[in-house]
Amino acid sequence: MANSFHIVVCASIVPDPLQTLEPITGPTGPGLKSEMNLPAVLDPWAACALYEAASLATKHPGSKVWLVSMGPKAKLQQVMMTVAQKVPFELVAVDGPIGGFTDAHATAAVLAETIAAIPGLDREHLLLFGGWESASRGAGVTMQIIGERLEITDQFQGVDQITINNDGSFTILERVEGGKHQVSTCAGTPALLGWATGELPEPRNNPQVGMANMRGVMPALQKAKSAKLDANGLSYVSVSLPKQRRETRLVKDMPEDEIAREIVQWIAE
Amino acid sequence: MEKLLVLTHVDESGVALTKASLEAVAAGVEFAGASGAALSIGIVGAETGTAANSVAGASARVLTVSGEAFAQARYASDAAACEALCRAAEATLVFAPSSSRFARVIPGVAYRLGGFADTHITALGAGKTLEASRWFYRQRVEAMIRRESRPWFLLLDAGTRAPFAAAAGQVQAETVAVSLPQLRSQVTGIVAPKQDEQTIRPEAKMLFVAGAGWTKKQADGQAHVAEAGSLILNFLRSADASLGSSKSLVDQSSENQQVLSFLTHMNQVGQTGATPRHAKGLATCCHGEEPHVVGWRFINDRRAISLDPNCGWARGKADVVYVADAFKVMASVNALLAENKQ
Repeated sequence: MANSFHIVVCASIVPDPLQTLEPITGPTGPGLKSEMNLPAVLDPWAACALYEAASLATKHPGSKVWLVSMGPKAKLQQVMMTVAQKVPFELVAVDGPIGGFTDAHATAAVLAETIAAIPGLDREHLLLFGGWESASRGAGVTMQIIGERLEITDQFQGVDQITINNDGSFTILERVEGGKHQVSTCAGTPALLGWATGELPEPRNNPQVGMANMRGVMPALQKAKSAKLDANGLSYVSVSLPKQRRETRLVKDMPEDEIAREIVQWIAE
Repeated sequence: MEKLLVLTHVDESGVALTKASLEAVAAGVEFAGASGAALSIGIVGAETGTAANSVAGASARVLTVSGEAFAQARYASDAAACEALCRAAEATLVFAPSSSRFARVIPGVAYRLGGFADTHITALGAGKTLEASRWFYRQRVEAMIRRESRPWFLLLDAGTRAPFAAAAGQVQAETVAVSLPQLRSQVTGIVAPKQDEQTIRPEAKMLFVAGAGWTKKQADGQAHVAEAGSLILNFLRSADASLGSSKSLVDQSSENQQVLSFLTHMNQVGQTGATPRHAKGLATCCHGEEPHVVGWRFINDRRAISLDPNCGWARGKADVVYVADAFKVMASVNALLAENKQ
């Protein structure tokens, strides 16, 4: 099969961004208050990676998408009820902690081991996808280390586009400073892409896709291996919400021209 | 005693270090001075001779990796270069700028050396024990961290300190040899908007953020997207400002609604966008709720224009909120800025 891919998407689950977050410190270190009760979503940038993976798989027959995700089984099940409606994938679940305060290196070790053990995965044709950062830890560390552990040294971060060429090579746009994209070509798989937003909108829910996915999701959750994460020498001196609250001056009933003069003066200061 | 290596790379000119690199050098000089750590500075670039002089006076051993392969910001070659520099310096601590080039490779380099990387460091604690401050949950929770494990790699966010100012003089640098793996990737170019269409300006003093309200129906029952676009672009040019956007406005382009054509996801500020650093920020037609405002974490001086006096900005998130029609205010602002330029 020409240009078919085995695409593995790594995606964490994170609190819904609309939720109020309150850090607390427990016996095992920092966490979020009522973390298990907070509504969760698939990490936004990783979700973009999943949609791009599904689109690529559709365009290249013979391709397959795995979604590798670590979290408590109950939270994974809750999030998968929604995500499974979007695009076809096979879930590979790991029963482990969520939260931004866990160590990225430990997370990467577990995920790399999980990916390496996926039955039937052709690592010569592997495209390893994920978000370039998560919405929890936000480190941009995990994917690179998974890549290193799987001996993938063609890595791209902040990816917004991949174009597959006829010869199996591909062209990639990565975000760089100043609102620009760096253009690279890669000879072919295996490669790692940490996605930024990509180009695709969120797919509409498709009940048929949802039913097909859920047939695999429940068994995947049942056989999910449990994982503990090492701290790797990381400790937290303090964890807190930002203290600053501004005394907002609310300006009502001021003519627009006067507001404009005030703004122009402020710009010049 | 810690052995601190500051990793740096050359800028687009190929002969100078990036500003973020010089900020990392400043952090390294400060920490080495306070802790007594032995300081080395590593430089990656196609040609590093001139760039090395920009760290003159840092009282550091200077190591360089140079050659045509390092002209490109590419994982395989950059990781090999950084790994070689770390080994040559026998580093226990590594500071590096959080540039796209080094953010791509440093975690992998840390893994190769049996070390650990922490990123988006916004401040370093004073004293002999190194502590680093960074944000979690997209700038909503701040933490101070430590690591006992070594080597410890810290990627320092740009704009968090003044760049190192070199003394006059020539630096004697040591060249470090690198064994390159097979290179399967090539950087073939940079795609950038035309100069007059560039709306993202990291060095700008002012961030102007456009919200979805710009494309909504106005008092006359009609949307005025073209007028909105013209007002925004005129302001960006006149004030030399950088443009940010709320997610909802950027997303409209993929939902087949009327859009501001110059906006892309790269303009997006907030939970799923950027957290830029500018001295001032002006939000317009944007509700100012938390997922958006987390992208303003590092903008100290904030004002907003909104028709809603109960918007998020008015609840302690902006210094000043003008309850007004942004179309009229910005038209007047643009006219005043044009007058001032004459």
